[in-house]
Amino acid sequence: MNTLTLPAREHGDAPARFKLNWNLALWALGTAVLLVLPVFVESPSHQNLLILILMAAQLGVAWNILGGFAGQVSLGHVAFFGIGAYTSTMLLLNFGVNPWLGALAGGVVSVLVGTVIGWPTFRLKGHYFTMATIAIAELIQIVFNNWDAAGSAVGLTIPMDKQGIGMMIFASKLPYYYLALGLLAISLGVSWWISRSFLGYYFRAIKDEPDAARSLGVSLTKYKLVALGFSSFLAALGGSLYAQKELYIDPNSVLHTGLSIKMALVSILGGVGSLFGPFIGAAAFTLIEEGSRIAFGGTGRGTDLIVQAVIIIAIAVYKPSGLMGWGKELKDRFFSRKQEGGAK
Amino acid sequence: MSELLEVRNVTKRFGGLVANDDVSFNVGRAQIVGLIGPNGAGKTTMFNCVAGFFAPTEGEIHLDGQPVHGLSPERCAKVGIARTFQVARTFTSMSVAENVMVGALMLRRNTTLARSKAMELLEFVGLARHADRAAGTLTVSEQRRLAVARALALEPKLLLMDEVMAGLNPTEVREAVDVVLKIRAQGISCLIVEHVLEGIMPIADRIVVLDYGKKIADGTPAQVSQDDRVIAAYLGE
Repeated sequence: MNTLTLPAREHGDAPARFKLNWNLALWALGTAVLLVLPVFVESPSHQNLLILILMAAQLGVAWNILGGFAGQVSLGHVAFFGIGAYTSTMLLLNFGVNPWLGALAGGVVSVLVGTVIGWPTFRLKGHYFTMATIAIAELIQIVFNNWDAAGSAVGLTIPMDKQGIGMMIFASKLPYYYLALGLLAISLGVSWWISRSFLGYYFRAIKDEPDAARSLGVSLTKYKLVALGFSSFLAALGGSLYAQKELYIDPNSVLHTGLSIKMALVSILGGVGSLFGPFIGAAAFTLIEEGSRIAFGGTGRGTDLIVQAVIIIAIAVYKPSGLMGWGKELKDRFFSRKQEGGAK
Repeated sequence: MSELLEVRNVTKRFGGLVANDDVSFNVGRAQIVGLIGPNGAGKTTMFNCVAGFFAPTEGEIHLDGQPVHGLSPERCAKVGIARTFQVARTFTSMSVAENVMVGALMLRRNTTLARSKAMELLEFVGLARHADRAAGTLTVSEQRRLAVARALALEPKLLLMDEVMAGLNPTEVREAVDVVLKIRAQGISCLIVEHVLEGIMPIADRIVVLDYGKKIADGTPAQVSQDDRVIAAYLGE
């Protein structure tokens, strides 16, 4: 047995060491590119596009904790984004609370609202849960549309009089790029920690076989609420950042159903349940979105949406594992071919 | 403190259907008890009552003298009742070792410790060399043993096994029997719902027979197989 495993292990070791360096190199390269990228992108509209990608990625990462890891597909996540945006903005406008603290408060409010919503709705299975999340998000949108203290349908405007890092208000786009990048890094960090800890195992168990998970001591409601807690907190932080970047929010911009769907699609496109899937998905999705809007946007309302839909259906039908899964497949094929070549 | 599990006068009704009717039996320490009976006799319902998936309509269930009827499945797991399912319910997005780790994480929330415990248990059920395979690629027989390893990771007092031997070939039945005997040797009691009588009869310390939801016999395998009512239930009158 030993003589059999020994050469096999040596054989496997070389690519393993190679893979480790590869990952590190990719990490370093990716981080470096993201850090210096905006320096080379001078046009504010292109900078804005990069910020949109980072923010979409961050929301996808947040959604993925509940929808990807724990398998609870929410199409109402915009509610948490909106609650984050409204909490920090209303605290700032009414009480002069610093937006950094406001963002944290938004996260806390979001978790509380999520817990109240999650308690009953997590009893629902599969599609029924998803439908409930849509309904609740719509309900919250209606509330904010009619709530005078929250600006109702007119929305809220953040005055630009006090600029700087302390107030999270800047005249140029560049600082927002780094804020979005930082928030994405934090979200990825949290996501990575979860996936490695016992929570990651519990979430996947709940997703795969809920009854078996229960028989192994995993309380479904408790751990779904934990997943929702992380997910809604991070989505709310994204909402606060959006409010500070745009300096204007209304129900149509921060509680719009389309954004819920975008959060889910970014993850699904990139690869559900994977760590970096949402990032890849966000880049692809935002480029498809903006690209099709530029190419077809003028020819008729909704053409860009049709193009997006076709691309998304194609992915769903041919590559359900998403772009990450596809990439891994190609990589495996490349490596196995290389090994065969080396053996000859 | 003689018996580990005491089932006292348990009745389970679903609307008008009586699935279990006033059933009582015990499982002793380090005993293998077989729960047998024709299709629809109420074996799996009884199982679900003991494992917390159903609350009995009437009656009581005690483990180690403590009431456990009406507890949730996750509570039952914590007080020492582990179970497997008729279909293996493998976590297919995970590797074989990770499946067992989910169970091990209940007692210690540390993935490194859980991993080493998982490897021990995979060794125990003879799946160690498959540890890093995708769990969904195992055969039915291997997935059943994986489910047993997963349940054992809870360090239970009582292990409930729902049809571990159904659909297996004779070699696989022998492997499953060996695993059950090894579990008893560790001092863990086993309550086994089984259709494959040639698998369970030789190893069981006691057999409980259900028919139409009622207990019709309770004794050693030899006594039960001589019982007129059992013969009638299995062969028809």
